[in-house]
Amino acid sequence: MADFVMPALGADMSVGTLMQWLKQPGETVKKGDIVAVVHTDKADVEIEVFTSGVLEELLVEPGTEVPIGTVLARIRENGAPAVAAPPPGPAPGEPQPHLLISPSARHLSEELGIDPSSIAGSGPGGRIQRKDVEAAAAAREAAAPPHPAEPALAAPAEPAPPAPATPPSPAAAPPPPSAAEERNVAMRRAIAAAMSRSKREIPHFYLGQTIDMSAAIAWLSQENLHRPVTERLLHGVLFLKAVALALREVPELNAVWQGDELVTREDVNVGVAISLRRGGLVAPAIHRTDELSLDELMHAFRDLVSRARSWSLRSSEMTDPTITVTSLGERGVESVFGVIFPPQVAIVGFGMLVERPWISEGQLLPCPVVSASLSADHRVTDGHRASAFLAAIDRLLQEPDQL
Amino acid sequence: MSRDEIKEAVLRALTDVAPEADPVTLRPDVELRDQLDIDSMDSLNFVIGIHEQVGVDIPEAEWARLQTLDQVVDYVAERMAA
Repeated sequence: MADFVMPALGADMSVGTLMQWLKQPGETVKKGDIVAVVHTDKADVEIEVFTSGVLEELLVEPGTEVPIGTVLARIRENGAPAVAAPPPGPAPGEPQPHLLISPSARHLSEELGIDPSSIAGSGPGGRIQRKDVEAAAAAREAAAPPHPAEPALAAPAEPAPPAPATPPSPAAAPPPPSAAEERNVAMRRAIAAAMSRSKREIPHFYLGQTIDMSAAIAWLSQENLHRPVTERLLHGVLFLKAVALALREVPELNAVWQGDELVTREDVNVGVAISLRRGGLVAPAIHRTDELSLDELMHAFRDLVSRARSWSLRSSEMTDPTITVTSLGERGVESVFGVIFPPQVAIVGFGMLVERPWISEGQLLPCPVVSASLSADHRVTDGHRASAFLAAIDRLLQEPDQL
Repeated sequence: MSRDEIKEAVLRALTDVAPEADPVTLRPDVELRDQLDIDSMDSLNFVIGIHEQVGVDIPEAEWARLQTLDQVVDYVAERMAA
């Protein structure tokens, strides 16, 4: 029998709230299946299982907050004998113990102020999906009374009585925070905890390098000319792939710090810092970034950004990053000095692509360049190795067709 | 398609990308990026959305100079008329 436990989904996550079960006792699950949704300070996260078998027993009720490591359910592994019949489901007529609703749909229903229990789900098993919430919102809009018409020109038959004088209210209480505001506060708190821990525990050092991007941009422009709009690549994908390949050359940066030692990781899972609308930040992983083609990587990147912004990330994406890449050039920032996201040991930053005078083979030319930076943990590496890593990124970006 | 219909289609593509965008308060002559805090991924999704809505494929080189709602609508109208 395998235990399915509350995972640690972030550096400073100590507890999580089980929001809902997506599988019931007796159902077959296989490795990678999403079986539950957990609420943390940063997001609602879909939790995958890492064991194939039969879901034998659910041990935690939806709505319960438990510490990480708490056994949430038991899974009878494939081939293992059954130890007990699955507990019966609710009898007909009994209320369902919880709603089946995707994190994205839950988030949207909170934003729109729609009670999810009033929505009919169209997903598997009646699961409420984002489109169901959107449909409910559209129906509510259609059913709403029309906006008041222009005031009638004719005077009312009788003058309206004067409004009763109301005494001035003593310091009216501020309105309660909305669900979205509460989420933002919780996320800020989680980021504060992780970043404070990072600065407290990790001896950061910082390196920067200006990279000639003329070859990469020329290649990308040509490449995108021939692609349909849905298949276009962003230059950020070149950065992600170059970082992933450079990690093969400096593997000590593809690692986590556990206890008192460095644990290097076999898989290169680059975490991508994604800003959320109305504030906040998450940095989920693109698994095996180094093995993906640029097309696959672009697809994964688009999907990840979309799901991060609709609160539909998966647990492995939150737990598996082995390094983080942050790009802050969108609004004109030229250089980034990142704070490492523990337990990782490095973060790579890219600034804005800018055109600068550049001397190449004795000639002064205008050249698109980007400032790349590395913040690294001095406990696990030093300036020499770190500079080799940045040099590798530079070299790889000079041959974009090889990425 | 009339210009108004094109504008409606462009706004649909925009609100898919930035759901908080309010077509009523959006200023058509001010850069979208400044009003809506959109990034390059949002921009790409906006271009894809316009393609899906009206079938116009905006080349990357042209996109760089289309900064405001008016500019986008004018460009799409021009391409559809051609």
